[in-house]
Amino acid sequence: MANIIELAGEKYAVGENETVLDALLREGISVPNSCRAGACQCCMMRAVEGDVPVKAQVGLKPSLKEQGYFLSCSCQPTTDMKLEAPGEGLHYETQIIALEDVGAAVMRVHLEMPIDYTYRPGQFLTLFSPDGVARSYSLASLPAEDVLELHIRRIPGGRMSTYIFEQAQVGDTVKIGTPAGDCFYTDGDLQQPMLLVGTGTGLAPLWGIIRDALGRGHTGQMVLFHGALNPDGLYHRNELAALAGEFANFQYCPCVMNGGEDDTTLNVGAIDKIVLSTYPSLKGWRGFLCGNPDLVKMLKKKFFLAGMDMKSIYADAFIPSPQPAEPATV
Amino acid sequence: MSSLYERLGGQEGLDKAVDIFYRKVLMDDRISQFFEDTDMDVQAAKQKAFLTMVTGGPNNYTGKNMRDGHTDMVKRGLNDSHVDAVVELLVETLREVGAPEADIQTVVSVCEGARNDVLNRDAAPAQAPAAS
Repeated sequence: MANIIELAGEKYAVGENETVLDALLREGISVPNSCRAGACQCCMMRAVEGDVPVKAQVGLKPSLKEQGYFLSCSCQPTTDMKLEAPGEGLHYETQIIALEDVGAAVMRVHLEMPIDYTYRPGQFLTLFSPDGVARSYSLASLPAEDVLELHIRRIPGGRMSTYIFEQAQVGDTVKIGTPAGDCFYTDGDLQQPMLLVGTGTGLAPLWGIIRDALGRGHTGQMVLFHGALNPDGLYHRNELAALAGEFANFQYCPCVMNGGEDDTTLNVGAIDKIVLSTYPSLKGWRGFLCGNPDLVKMLKKKFFLAGMDMKSIYADAFIPSPQPAEPATV
Repeated sequence: MSSLYERLGGQEGLDKAVDIFYRKVLMDDRISQFFEDTDMDVQAAKQKAFLTMVTGGPNNYTGKNMRDGHTDMVKRGLNDSHVDAVVELLVETLREVGAPEADIQTVVSVCEGARNDVLNRDAAPAQAPAAS
C-alpha cells in the first residue's frame, strides 16, 4: 500500500518506487533540488511525524538528523509521514517572569516555559513583543530549568530592545515561536575537544551548550573564548569563572580589543588571532561559533583550514534587523 | 566493485575526500577568489556532488547543470587555467585518499569531458569525424 505524506494540510500518496521528492514534484509542488542523489542536500526537508529511513539521512550533520531532517530525493517512506512546511510552526503565549540588567547593555530575560515546549540548548526562537515586533534570540537556558533565558542586547533605536529595556514589566504577555537552528551539542564522542567562540550576546547559546555538554558527561577539553570591544562589553564573567572552577575540563578565556591591559585575566587583541595562535591545529576538534556574522564566517573558514572537519563546525550568525528610518518627530 | 566511488567507501569516504579537496581549493591562490564569499556548507555540498559525479557515484547531473552552475564564475573570469588548477588539486586529493592511478586517470577524463560545459563554451572543433 502506498504511504501518505502530509505537507501544509494536503495529503499526497507516494508510489511504490517513488521518493518523497518525486511525489511532490509530480503533484506540482515546488521543492528546490539539484543532484537528486543525496549529495547536494538542496532538497532537505523535515519530518515532524513518521519514520525517517536511515538512507535519507546519510551525510547530514547529527544535529539535523536528531531533528528529523532528511533528503527528500533519497527518501522512500516506510510509514506515513508529516512534513514541516517552510515557515510553519506553532506560536506559544508566555509571560515575562524576570528581567535583570547584567551589564554590557545586556538584559537577561526569563520567560515562563510553555508546557509542551521542547528545545536543545543553543537553539534560537523568535520573540514577538506585545506590539508584534519579531526578533530572533538564542536560548541560554537548559530545558530542565523550566524557564527560557534570553540575553537581549540594547541596540540604539532597536524596536525590540527598546521595548525590553524601557517598557517591559514582569507579567507582560509575549509570544514565542518554535525553537530552530542546528547549533547545539549532540552526543557522540564525549572526549572530543571543543572550541567555542562567541562575541557579545553570542555567549547566550554557548552558555547553554557548555552546560548541556557538561551535564551529559562530556569529559573532553572545552575552551570558551568570549569577545567584546572592551572590558565593559563582557558579562557573565563571575558565572563563567565559577563554572571553570567547578569543572577542570572547562576553560574560560575572555578577550577584548582594547583596554584591559591592567587586568591579567583578559586576553587583549583580535579574537580570531588569539584563538588561532593558542590553537593552531584543530584536527579532531568540534567547534561552535556564535555572534557577529562576519567573524563567524571568517572563523568558520579558519577552523576548517586549521584541520577541523566541516561536519564538526556548528555556527550561528546573528543577523541584525534593519533599523527603521528615524521618525520625523518625537 | 564497479566504481571508484564505491572503492573509496561511498558517501562516508567521499566526505573525507571533500574535506581534503575543499581545504586545498580554499588555500590555492590561483582559484580561492572564486570561493571567498560563498557559504561554506553550500559549497562543500556542491564539492561533494562534483566528487560523487567524477568518481562514478550516483548522480543525475547533466551538461546543462554544469553550464548553468558556472555561468556567474565565467563572467568573473573563470578560464582554462582555473579548471587545470581544480583538476590538479583533485588528483592530489585522490592520491592522498589512496585511489589507484588507473581510477585517477578515469576521473581526469571525466573532468575533461565537462570542461566545455563548465567554461560555458561550445565543444572544440572536432579533430576526428563525429561518430554519430
